[in-house]
Amino acid sequence: MDYKKVKKARKDWTDKTLDPVLKKFPERKEKFLTGSNKEVKRLYDPLDTENIDYLKEIGYPGDYPYTRGVQPTMYRGRLWTMRQYAGFGDAEESNRRYKYLLKNGQTGLSIAFDLPTQIGYDSDNSMSHGEVGKVGVAIDSLKDMEILFEGIPLDKVSTSMTINAPAAVLLAMYIAVAEKQGVPANKLNGTIQNDILKEYIARGTYIFPPLPSMRLITDIFEFCSKELPRWNTISISGYHIREAGSSAIQEIAFTLANGIAYVDAAVKKGLDVDNFAPRLSFFFNAHNDLFEEISKFRAARKLWAKIMKERFGAKNPKSLMLRFHTQTAGCTLTAQQPDNNIIRVTLQALAAVLGGTQSLHTNSRDEALSLPSQKSVRIALRTQQVIGYESGVTETVDPLAGSYYIETMTREIEDEVMVYIDKIDKLGGAPKAIENGFVQREIQNSAYQYQKDIEDKKKIIVGVNQFQSEEETMKDLLKVNPKIEKQQVEKLEDTKKSRAGNEVNKKLKELKKAANTDKNLMPFIIDCVKSYATLGEICDQLRDVFGEYKDSIKI
Amino acid sequence: MSKTRIRVLVAKPGLDGHDRGAKVIARALRDAGMEVIYTGLRQTPEQIIEAAVQEDVNVIGLSILSGAHMYLFPKITDMLKERKMTDILVIAGGIIPAEDIVELNKMGIKKVFTPGTDTKEIVDFIKKNIAVA
Repeated sequence: MDYKKVKKARKDWTDKTLDPVLKKFPERKEKFLTGSNKEVKRLYDPLDTENIDYLKEIGYPGDYPYTRGVQPTMYRGRLWTMRQYAGFGDAEESNRRYKYLLKNGQTGLSIAFDLPTQIGYDSDNSMSHGEVGKVGVAIDSLKDMEILFEGIPLDKVSTSMTINAPAAVLLAMYIAVAEKQGVPANKLNGTIQNDILKEYIARGTYIFPPLPSMRLITDIFEFCSKELPRWNTISISGYHIREAGSSAIQEIAFTLANGIAYVDAAVKKGLDVDNFAPRLSFFFNAHNDLFEEISKFRAARKLWAKIMKERFGAKNPKSLMLRFHTQTAGCTLTAQQPDNNIIRVTLQALAAVLGGTQSLHTNSRDEALSLPSQKSVRIALRTQQVIGYESGVTETVDPLAGSYYIETMTREIEDEVMVYIDKIDKLGGAPKAIENGFVQREIQNSAYQYQKDIEDKKKIIVGVNQFQSEEETMKDLLKVNPKIEKQQVEKLEDTKKSRAGNEVNKKLKELKKAANTDKNLMPFIIDCVKSYATLGEICDQLRDVFGEYKDSIKI
Repeated sequence: MSKTRIRVLVAKPGLDGHDRGAKVIARALRDAGMEVIYTGLRQTPEQIIEAAVQEDVNVIGLSILSGAHMYLFPKITDMLKERKMTDILVIAGGIIPAEDIVELNKMGIKKVFTPGTDTKEIVDFIKKNIAVA
C-alpha cells in the first residue's frame, strides 16, 4: 500500500469532508471511551496498522502467534463447546438438570458446587448452615459424586468442574466414579478450575496459604501429565477478576501473570514445560464492549504464545496455544427490566465467538435476581445456538482480522498488558503482588471508577440510569428446596455409618503423613476418596499440615 | 467537633466470596464522610455482632449474593434483638428476590438494596435514618 497517498487522502478528507460537518454538527461527546475507558478514535485507517506486520503479529490461525485462533479451521471444523454452568441442590437434582441440558443439545457439562464444597466443609459443618446446595451442588463424599454422574457415560462427555482449593479431591472423586463405570483415567476429558491465585484476588474460596496451595496444583499437573493426558489441569481465570471490577486490560494482565506463576512453580518442581503446558487452559469474561472484548481475546492469545516461547522456552506448539472458555459478564446483568439481559448476553456471546473461544457459557436473564430458572437457562443456551447456526459469523475464521480498529486495539491491549506484567515481575511475581495487595487495589480502583461513571451517567446502562420504566416483578424464579440441607446431612450420616471406619482412618493418616513430605499427594487423595472419606475429612488433614489462609483486607 | 461521624460496619456473612459490591459501597460511604469498617469474607453472625459491638457502629450493612440470606440475616437480627442492639440500623444488599425482601423487612432489616442501586441513594437513606448527636 502506498501510505503516502493514504496520508494525503486522509488530510484531504479531514479538511474538506470532516471539518465542515464537525463545525455544523459537533459530536455527541468530547471523548469516546471503550468499556474499560480506553480512548477510541473517530476513525481508524491503514495508517493505524502501518507498523503491524501481518506475518509476524497476526499470521495464520493455528500458527504462531495464534492471534487469529488456535485451530486452522476454527468453527468450520467444529463449533465451540456449549457449556452451561449448572448445579444446585443435591446430586439427584443436579443430575436431572445435566441430563436435561444434554438432551437439549448442550455438548459439555459444567459443574457448579455449593460454597461448603468449594471451601472444603462437609454439609454438617457449622460453617455450612444456610449454604448447602445454594450456589451449586453439595458433594460430601464419593457417594454424592456417583449419584451426580449416574447414567452419564464419562468417556462420552467432557466435564468442567469449578473447583479450586479442594480441586485435587473432586478430581480424585471423578476418577473413582469413572473407574466404577469402567472408564480408564486416560480416557477422561474435562477441566478443573484449580486456580487458587485468583481466589485470593477476587473469588474468595481459598482454604490453604499460597505455598501449599501451589504445591497441590503442581502435584495435579504432574499426576495428570502421566495419568490423565486429556485433562485440562487448570483453568487460569480472568473471569472473576473482571467480575470484581477490573478493566479488560487488567483482566488479561493479572490472568497471564498468574499463569506465569503456575508455570514457574511447575518448572521449579522439576517438570518439563512441554509436558504440562499443553493442558493449561484459560477462562475469560465477555463484557459489553464488543470490539474491545474481541481484541482482548486476540491479544491474550498472542501474548501467551510469546510468553511461553520466549520466557519459558516451550517448543511444543500445544504449549503455546491459549485455549479458553468464556462466560458472559454476570456483573452487567441488571435486576431492572431483566429481559434486556438476553440482548446483553447475545452481544457478549458474539464477542466471545468472534474472539475465537473454545467453549462458552451464556448467562441467564434472571441472574441479577436469583439463581436461573430452567426456562431462562434454555433461552441462554438457545442464544448460543442462534449465533452458531444462524448468524453466519462462524463460516470464516477470525472474520474481523485486518479491521484497522480491531488490529490497532489488539496491539494496544497487548502493549498495555505487558506494562502490567513487567510491573508484577518487578514486585516479585503474582503471588507477591497479591500478598501485598497491589492486584486487589488496582481492581478495587477500577470497580469504584466504573460505579462512579454509571452514577455520573458517563456510562449508560439501559433501564438502570436511563430509559427506566415501570416494571412488573419477574415470576418463576428458582427456589432451592430448603429441605436439601437436612437431607444432605442425613445422607452424609448414612455414608459414614456404612463405610469401613478403620480403612478411612488409615487412608487419612497416610495422606497426612505424605502431606508432610514432598510426595505427590494425588494417589493418597484417590485412596482416601475410594474409602468414602469425606471432602471435609480430607481437607481437615491438609488444614492440619498446611494451615489456613487469612485474608488481609484493604479498602 | 460539632458532629460525630456515622459509623458503618460493612459485613459479608456466610461463605460468599463476592465482595465487589461490599467494597464499592464501603468506599462510597467513606467518601460521603462516614467511618467505615469492613469485616472481610466469611463472617459468622456471631462475629458480625461482635464487630458491631467492638466498633460501636450506628449501621450494619450486610452483603450477600449466595442465596443464604434467609438463613443468615434472621440470625443476625435475632441476636441484635437479644442483645438489645436494635438502635443499630440494619440494611442489606445483594441478589435478593422481591418476596424475600418483604420477609426481611419484617425481621428488622430496614431496607434491602438490589443491584443497580445508586450509592448516593444508600448514603441518603443512612443519613435520613440515623440521627448522630
